[in-house]
Amino acid sequence: MIHSLFLVNSSGDIFLEKHWKSVVSRSVCDYFFEAQERASEPENVPPVIPTPHHYLISVLRHRIYFVAVIQSEVPPLFVIEFLHRVVDTFQDYFGLCTEAAIKDNVVVVYELLEEMLDNGFPLATESNILKELIKPPTILRTVVNTITGSTNVGEQLPTGQLSVVPWRRTGVKYTNNEAYFDVVEEIDAIIDKSGSTITAEIQGVIDACVKLTGMPDLTLSFMNPRLLDDVSFHPCVRFKRWEAERILSFIPPDGNFRLLSYHVSSQNLVAIPVYVKHNITFREGSSQGRFELTLGPKQTMGKAVESVLVSSQLPRGVLNANLNASQGTYTFDPVTKLLTWDVGKINPQKLPSLKGSMSLQAGASKPDENPTIIIQFKIQQMAISGLKVNRLDMYGEKYKPFKGIKYMTKAGKFQTGMQRPHVSCVKA
Amino acid sequence: MCRIFSSSLVRDLSCNQLSSNNLREMLESTKESLKLEAMKRIVGLIARGKNASELFPAVVKNVASKNIELKKLVYVYLVRYAEEQQDLALLSISTFQRALKDPNQLIRASALRVLSSIRVPIIVPIMMLAIKEAATDLSPYVRKTAAHAIQKLYSLDADQKEQLIEVIEKLLKDKSTLVAGSVVMAFEEVCPDRIDLIHKNYRKLCNLLVDVEEWGQVVIISMLTRYARTQFISPWKESVVENNHEQAFYESDEEKLGTPQSKPYIMDPDHRLLLRNTKPLLQSRNTAVVMSVAQLYWHLAPKQEVGVITKSLVRLLRSHREVQYIVLQNIATMSIQQKGIFEPFMKSFYVRSTDPTHIKTLKLEILTNLANEANISTILREFQTYVKSQDKAFAAATIQAIGRCATNITDVTDTCLNGLVLLLSNRDETVVAESVVVIKKLLQTQPTQHSEIIKHMAKLFDNITVPMARASILWLIGEYCERVPKIAPDVLRKMAKTFTVEEDIVKLQTVNLAAKLYLTNSKQTKLLTQYILNLGKYDQSYDIRDRTRFIRQLIVPNEKSGALSKYARRILLASKPAPMLESTFKDRDRFQLGTLSHTINSKATGYLELSDWPTAAPDSSVRNVEVMEPEWVPSMGKTKPLKSDDKFYSDSGEEEGAGEEGTGSSSEDSSSSSSSSSSNEGKLDSESEDKNSKHSEETDSSQSDKSSGHSDKKKADKKKRLQLKKKAKKAAPKERYQMHRPPTHHPLTQELWNLRTFTPKMVSSPVFVPMSSHELLHRMTGKGLAAQYHFPRQPCIYGNKMVSVQLTLTNSSDHTLEDISIGEKTSSGQNIHRFSSIERLEPGASVTVSMGIDFNDSTQAANFQLCTKEDQFSVSIQPVVGELFLPVTMTEQDFRKEQGKLQGMNETSATITMAPENTSNQALSKKMVSVANMGVVPTGEDSLYRFAAKSVSSGDLVLVSVDLTDSSSGRLTINTEKTVIGSMLLRDLKTALAQP
Repeated sequence: MIHSLFLVNSSGDIFLEKHWKSVVSRSVCDYFFEAQERASEPENVPPVIPTPHHYLISVLRHRIYFVAVIQSEVPPLFVIEFLHRVVDTFQDYFGLCTEAAIKDNVVVVYELLEEMLDNGFPLATESNILKELIKPPTILRTVVNTITGSTNVGEQLPTGQLSVVPWRRTGVKYTNNEAYFDVVEEIDAIIDKSGSTITAEIQGVIDACVKLTGMPDLTLSFMNPRLLDDVSFHPCVRFKRWEAERILSFIPPDGNFRLLSYHVSSQNLVAIPVYVKHNITFREGSSQGRFELTLGPKQTMGKAVESVLVSSQLPRGVLNANLNASQGTYTFDPVTKLLTWDVGKINPQKLPSLKGSMSLQAGASKPDENPTIIIQFKIQQMAISGLKVNRLDMYGEKYKPFKGIKYMTKAGKFQTGMQRPHVSCVKA
Repeated sequence: MCRIFSSSLVRDLSCNQLSSNNLREMLESTKESLKLEAMKRIVGLIARGKNASELFPAVVKNVASKNIELKKLVYVYLVRYAEEQQDLALLSISTFQRALKDPNQLIRASALRVLSSIRVPIIVPIMMLAIKEAATDLSPYVRKTAAHAIQKLYSLDADQKEQLIEVIEKLLKDKSTLVAGSVVMAFEEVCPDRIDLIHKNYRKLCNLLVDVEEWGQVVIISMLTRYARTQFISPWKESVVENNHEQAFYESDEEKLGTPQSKPYIMDPDHRLLLRNTKPLLQSRNTAVVMSVAQLYWHLAPKQEVGVITKSLVRLLRSHREVQYIVLQNIATMSIQQKGIFEPFMKSFYVRSTDPTHIKTLKLEILTNLANEANISTILREFQTYVKSQDKAFAAATIQAIGRCATNITDVTDTCLNGLVLLLSNRDETVVAESVVVIKKLLQTQPTQHSEIIKHMAKLFDNITVPMARASILWLIGEYCERVPKIAPDVLRKMAKTFTVEEDIVKLQTVNLAAKLYLTNSKQTKLLTQYILNLGKYDQSYDIRDRTRFIRQLIVPNEKSGALSKYARRILLASKPAPMLESTFKDRDRFQLGTLSHTINSKATGYLELSDWPTAAPDSSVRNVEVMEPEWVPSMGKTKPLKSDDKFYSDSGEEEGAGEEGTGSSSEDSSSSSSSSSSNEGKLDSESEDKNSKHSEETDSSQSDKSSGHSDKKKADKKKRLQLKKKAKKAAPKERYQMHRPPTHHPLTQELWNLRTFTPKMVSSPVFVPMSSHELLHRMTGKGLAAQYHFPRQPCIYGNKMVSVQLTLTNSSDHTLEDISIGEKTSSGQNIHRFSSIERLEPGASVTVSMGIDFNDSTQAANFQLCTKEDQFSVSIQPVVGELFLPVTMTEQDFRKEQGKLQGMNETSATITMAPENTSNQALSKKMVSVANMGVVPTGEDSLYRFAAKSVSSGDLVLVSVDLTDSSSGRLTINTEKTVIGSMLLRDLKTALAQP
């Protein structure tokens, strides 16, 4: 399936290659570089590129292209999903997946890639199993290894490969038994200039960090499971139990994992926690424009809106912006025309605003007055959908674990500002 | 080296030359750490694509190193360079051959992996031998590696195909979920046309599917899709009235048969099995699995069932942009044929300004496909915002999309045209140009009413500079010059002035316009035309010179011109068919969805066509699995059967053979085993499934006397069960001790168990132990109704996967309680057999009833409701792990044999200290069996005690042995595949033995 893998950095150098079958010359990447040149943005490189003898399937993460070389028919998603799994594994092992981190750990990377694929077919991709085969590098272990000459490679076959619970390693022991669950929801919304919602969806995940001794069998139930419209599970979740009772029952993997991703049914009205009022005007013939933007909270159930970041791509004609922020700092990049305003926390008593003037290119025609505004924010201790975990129970082990649940709401793809014409406009 | 300008490369290069000798020295040193360091550097070189082949002799010496990491790195090196250094590579082969016999499965597997990855043709026979051996290995992990090696050998030497197919055939019968994905992959690579190999394994693969690892699922699903298209008849026939619900499907069969419909479509139960077993995988976290199930439903499910996939596909749009790209492409293809299923999710396809361009255009494509009379106004409004996008390529694509909407939906054609005309005054040139092009296409479809628009465009002509747009306007004016008789010659006049500086495409259209005007209005334009034709005659481009010459001959009559010029008018001013604005995804459905070929829209190497449905269904009996398939007889002669390692997954198949008792049709069992193969899952639906498949079995035409015999037997069984039930009631204990019946009283289960295994392993009567009751409902909370339960430790009469539980209900209130029963709404995942409701319970009286609960071999509490006429009480029964077993009798010899198969991770053990009271022979046994329902295995040794049981739900063996080292301590060992219960049992036993 996957013949070879090339890692390409943002300046177009191949800095790592791995072959699972016979060696494919790195010149095959020239087709990729061609496509890269043609694309205006790094994201615009097509994920699948056919070449005369091979097919290149690539993913872009952390400004590194992972280019897989394929020789024959294979579901492209199979390769894409696997490449993302590779990146996730690197991230898990090295903390972050950058070119430097990969180069520093090239031996571990090679060992990992060797275990993850055999003859191009995935062999072990479960993080719990990989970690038993190859220990993640830590500073301490690196020091110890250099002194004692011991190794990163596990001595034994990971028993998990054969056990009833392939995702959990055996012999887990902790002195403090803890299970933490983070319910994180993201709002994707498109809001038009007048403030009415064009589309809004809530996508949520439950990320878990479970450090429990032995073979715990957990059940997690919700106060309002009907909210969840569409879900996808970690393989550990017993699907039939969910179907029958809407209870999550599972033997968890050890450590961090994503238990569940869900989508809140679109029938429910999505509460939009912030609003934006903005007014951007240009006068025909004048080289000045006015800029006004105010943010405010709405429907946040008394929780503070934090880490607010507003960004907007101003029209090409804008030369510079001279603005005044009531709080936080703003930057304007005259080259990319990107305006970003780091607002911080919204104080409902004193709403943050950004006002001032923009200078325009002399003689340029009047630019478009409705640039898109993208907002990021966080609200702690609240799941905007109202999803609530009812209880978490543990079976199969006798000790009492410490349990914690945290809620958070974030902006996903949250954009506003574009003007939506009314139907009558179209007809006019 | 042409890339020396990179500074790091320069450094590498110099390092390389310097260290080549250094590295060799390091590798030849005696110090392990130096060797390791050297190998790490070499791997670094390989990773950067540097040539390190000259070190081959020094590296290959270390292939037999004891250090595992060093060895792994040497393997990495070997696999990379063996092809180039074939002779030297042969030096390492003997090491691998030795490692293939290693007791550690990890070493065996990795030896096979490397051996098969060395692409040296000379060792093909050695590889073949190694693969054959590994395919019968006890460890499923090694067998998985063997399946991978098949593909490697095949790509090295295709002549081995026949032998490899034999191995594949053998491995396809493997029941380990670990192997299934890999062997199907090998099948797809080596012999995808040998569909006959799949028949016997079809049901097994369907049933295992949920438990196979994600990557294997993808491969199996796509293979089964192809398989199903050759084996089942189409469920899409229009004339057929179908039932979209599977329940309804089976139930209504009989009625249907009665109706005089010509030939009702009946879905093959195997077809249904595949659809049913893949559906839960739509919830997978792996996007590739979701996509492959989606394509399976698209290609195999009845049209009205396809809708289930949409929600999951839309969910994938939240994933990475690459995933979005593929999924959107597939949705685009689907939405052409069935727009209905995606219409409710229209808003999910709204474009965001942050999307990359190729995602935006795909979303646009889908929105256009989804447009209909009802939603067009919403879509057009959305499009209006897109036109303003700063991404001009996308804005242009939007205008094309508007054009397509306008042609597809006649209601809005005028609206769209007006909207597009407004865009003509847009500041952006690409927008204007694209609008012109689209307007041109639209006007062609209905030219009669639109002379105003043409006039408007003619006015704009001076400001438009994009050649394609200018050319389009010229063509329009030429085509409809009779509708704008005043403007057309004027435009031509302007063009004559600028002709020399125009682009070729504009020049061609100018010549065209001139010719058309000459024919319709020669009085005004004769001179202009001649002037333009003269300019064209001396143009630099030969295309234009050619065209000019041709036009001149055609339209200007002279003595030489033949018959053709008479027809000039008919040639140039023929009414032209309007262009169709079609989706680029229109013909993508010739490829199977989700494939690479579909994505690139051309046939990729190795693409396997999806065949059309057969007109008549091939014989479905080929999929029937015969009783006692030879796979249970150790077929390999010298090797032991593969049972112990993969039993967890494999019990489905065994039951298949045993349960049917020679009827040969196993449809019933295959459906029930679908739930048992995932044995930790809830069993809620297993009963209903059984029912379903019984129906389907009866509709099966091929069986007549068989099924009647079968049901006769069922009736007999039922009678037996009833008798048992009565006896059970009679024997219900008033005192806390209990007599247990000998095994002859439940012959059914015994028969099953005899058949199921080849070693005699029968359920024996439990040992006499005092029963302890647990409180289920206190009389205070139960408003007078008190309930206690205990585990009578006998095989449950209601189902052989259930644990029987006896409830003692006491009425301690002062009035009569009526209608005591278990509530309909039991909220737990377990399958519960209710006791029949008790009509009256007088004050002070008590009654004992028995019920069965399938705990699925877990200690999760069974929750249910105890109802009286007035009240409902939620209660729960939490089983002790020891009650989840049934005792098994076996000889010491059998015990050892079974224990030998349950080694490794199936074994848990602990040192125990015992209270002095427990050390005597009898006391120990008594203690042990009081904790868990086990049978004592007779033993010849003094200090060794053995106990055997099987788990009730899955029937897996649980073997316990206690080895006393001295009077107060010893070692407790438990061998079972159910490692979870195993460890729980271990803990319980340990504490029990420590207590007096």
